[in-house]
Amino acid sequence: MLRQIEGSKAIAETVALCRPEVVCAYPISPQTHIIEAVGAMVKAGTLAPCEFINVESEFAAMSVAIGASATGARAYTATASQGLLFMMEAVYNAAGLGLPIVMTLANRAIGAPINIWNDHSDAMAVRDSGWIQLFAETNQEASDLHVQAFRLAEELSVPVMVCVDGFILTHAVEGVDLLDQSFVDSFLPPYEPRQMLDTKAPVSIGAMVGPEAFEEVRYLAHLRQLDALERIPEIAREFFESTGRESGGLVRPYRTEDAETVVVAMGSVLGTIKDAVDARRDLGERVGVLGVTSFRPFPSDAVRDALAHARQVVVIEKAFSIGAGGVLSTDIAIAIHHEQTLLRTVVAGLGGRAITQRSLEKVLDHASRDELAALTFLDLDQGAVDRERARMHATRRSGPSAENLLRDRSAVSPRAHA
Amino acid sequence: MTSQRVHFYQVGSFAVGNRLLDEDERTVQAHSDRTNSIDSGHRACQGCGEALGARYALDAAMRATNGQIVAVNATGCLEVFSTPYPETSWRIPWLHSLFGNAPAVATGVAAALRAKGQKDVRVVAQAGDGGTVDIGFGCLSGMFERNDDVLFICYDNEGYMNTGVQRSAATPPAARTATTEAVGPEPGNTFGQGKDLPRIAMAHNIPYVATATVADLHDLERKVERAMEFRGARYLHILVPCPLGWGSASAETILIARLAQESGMFPVFEAEHGVVTSVSHIRRPVPVEQYLSRQRRFAHLFGANPRPDIVAHLQSMAEENIARYGLLQPEMERSS
Amino acid sequence: MFQVRIHGRGGQGVVTAAEILSVAAFDEGRHAQAFPSFGSERTGAPVVSFCRFDDRVIRTREPVMEPDAVIIQDVTLIHQVDLFSGLSPDGYVLINTSNSFSDLGFGDFFDQYHTERLMTCPATDIALEHLGRPLPNAALLGGFAALTGEIAWDSIDKAVREHFAGPVGERNAAAVRAAFDYVASKVKEVARASTN
Repeated sequence: MLRQIEGSKAIAETVALCRPEVVCAYPISPQTHIIEAVGAMVKAGTLAPCEFINVESEFAAMSVAIGASATGARAYTATASQGLLFMMEAVYNAAGLGLPIVMTLANRAIGAPINIWNDHSDAMAVRDSGWIQLFAETNQEASDLHVQAFRLAEELSVPVMVCVDGFILTHAVEGVDLLDQSFVDSFLPPYEPRQMLDTKAPVSIGAMVGPEAFEEVRYLAHLRQLDALERIPEIAREFFESTGRESGGLVRPYRTEDAETVVVAMGSVLGTIKDAVDARRDLGERVGVLGVTSFRPFPSDAVRDALAHARQVVVIEKAFSIGAGGVLSTDIAIAIHHEQTLLRTVVAGLGGRAITQRSLEKVLDHASRDELAALTFLDLDQGAVDRERARMHATRRSGPSAENLLRDRSAVSPRAHA
Repeated sequence: MTSQRVHFYQVGSFAVGNRLLDEDERTVQAHSDRTNSIDSGHRACQGCGEALGARYALDAAMRATNGQIVAVNATGCLEVFSTPYPETSWRIPWLHSLFGNAPAVATGVAAALRAKGQKDVRVVAQAGDGGTVDIGFGCLSGMFERNDDVLFICYDNEGYMNTGVQRSAATPPAARTATTEAVGPEPGNTFGQGKDLPRIAMAHNIPYVATATVADLHDLERKVERAMEFRGARYLHILVPCPLGWGSASAETILIARLAQESGMFPVFEAEHGVVTSVSHIRRPVPVEQYLSRQRRFAHLFGANPRPDIVAHLQSMAEENIARYGLLQPEMERSS
Repeated sequence: MFQVRIHGRGGQGVVTAAEILSVAAFDEGRHAQAFPSFGSERTGAPVVSFCRFDDRVIRTREPVMEPDAVIIQDVTLIHQVDLFSGLSPDGYVLINTSNSFSDLGFGDFFDQYHTERLMTCPATDIALEHLGRPLPNAALLGGFAALTGEIAWDSIDKAVREHFAGPVGERNAAAVRAAFDYVASKVKEVARASTN
């Protein structure tokens, strides 16, 4: 049923349709509305049987999910940012144990400086953990992906993280066509664990593995992710055939057929990028967009095919590896590996800075004239950076940079009009 | 899975000790058809108190639940020596996740069992003192506060033995560890405020809290059985001497555990809903010196440069325990 | 596409207002998007929310920087916050105050704007009368419907009743109606004045 609904509520209602048996929750912005809504359904008895556990930390949240999943229950949790880092040890552990937990990640920047707004630093921090990471472009896709995530996770015994841009999607109210229970029940069969704690057939899970087999265990995990490369598009196709909705899959090209320049990005910014691309198309520029839905496993072949004819690839990333450059860009570079393609990285939207169509068009304009640097920071206030560098140069005790920048900013730009 | 014929290869028969006792006084281990949670062949050191404590505790839990238990294990000696790849000693469903999360993982297991309606299957979580009083403390307090249906057992050997005998918050003052060396004017671990987990557990008002030592295995088994009579969060703190970490003779593990109790250094009691309901009285009081002097971790308090001042400090701690719990037999208190 | 920016203070229902407006547009069969300014502001702090609606699918996720209409829920924000940033000369302004627009001391700032698109509405007074609480957000949406004609009054009415169940919904709907009537009559008044 099509409803005008907040993204978090749409996700929560879809998660409930997946009949999770254990949900654990620790609050962190901007994930809170999701777990509040699931909690309310459990409390009211509309989601049953389900145990909703208010835990004392994100570390505990993932740990409870690990225990529940290992006992054969369908387990779900949600987090963001610092919460993901706080549970990081358990995030790796869940993947290492092969437990099909599904977690919503309401993408948010990582401090310091503390910042509650959206970027992709949190997801990037756990990209090597062994979790499948799927990025949603809209709230419709964010909701749909959760059903696909449980299906995928349980088929392959791999945990799946559904990455949803914090605030931009989680707090946006827009039209979402919610699935009905009978469809979800048919699409998502009951969880049949590959391993579980069962008194009738006792097993030891989580034993120590030394050098004699560790590499094989890790390689098996890699093979399961490669299996996911096959299953993700198949599951998306099956979903499309039933719902008519193109949610999920590995990559999503838009106007790339004849494109000289292709912009690559993940998540909700794809919408604004598509508007910018349409505007440039109207001016006669041959530009297109490639949305990466599956970041892990990384769909190298699909990316290579989609970018085969592009002369220039512009990766717009909401995260970067400090001291190196783009994260997604690195994977794109490995995937395309032909030297004639110009690869450009634009770091944008850090800590919730709005990515505007105007700025994106400026990027495309520069790209069209081959004037885009290898690494650009969108809408960077170079003056503020230079002034802080000068302060640091002038005095040893220059103080905390974040606070200096804020003071600099309020001094340079008076905030209100008269 | 509740019981099995166990072959004791040391004597080449199914026979085992305690046979001179009456049937009802024998330990679970004395029965040839005993339950068997953890098999022979694990890699624990000679005289390991933790291996002994874990076997008695979990076998008792198995017996109390008709074999319907799931065990969650924190990282630590018990986890490492019981599951050397590609083998496992565990004959019950067993899960190891991380060092600091065993209470939360156990909560997850309990929640899953509840959601699935498997009320007969019970959950035991176990950790060493590091996984309990230090890195697992937050998760443990959360599990207590929610009163999740988990029996949490701490095998307290008073330090990080798995990583090579470093100090934990359960390490007693003055004890030498790899991170509290016996050098300088205040050798060994510093005198802090202590972190008395049994009392902290009681402060959560959970249904059942008890302490035990491997010196009295009947008492240990009884407390496990009692714990399994309750639903909700329960805590059992077992003192398990570590010959390697304490520098004690492998053959003296039981003796040292007994001296810990008889000296008052380790009070043995049980509590229900935050109130002490029974204490194990000291039968033959001994000065702490008798307990300390058998352990090389306290060797710097004796010998060529003795530190009677520190021994006296430890003695006063033992006396505080004796007073707090009333550990002396009533008639002894009268006579003293 | 029609884009609305709502300014107010934490606790005045600024985010709720954008959401209700989006639901009203949705009920009219349009595509709509509402979202807050994503702050961590506490009660009383300046808060912004956005709503855009269109007959086509809305893909953009940028904040509303060039609004077609600005709703000011708290008059004390004037001269504190850049309320009218990006507002085109064809834009609409609706301010919650019992003063008239010309009394607000904007000087010549609005000289290039259409007078009949600049309105005030005593939404807090209306809310106090109908709800007994100073929550002007729903009432202002009624005023918005009257001022812009972009959303029908009954769509707002329906969305408000959906959002606030039972008697609270009834009382809010009454406030919506009162504000709608108030602004509608003022729009007519201005129109009469300009034709005379």
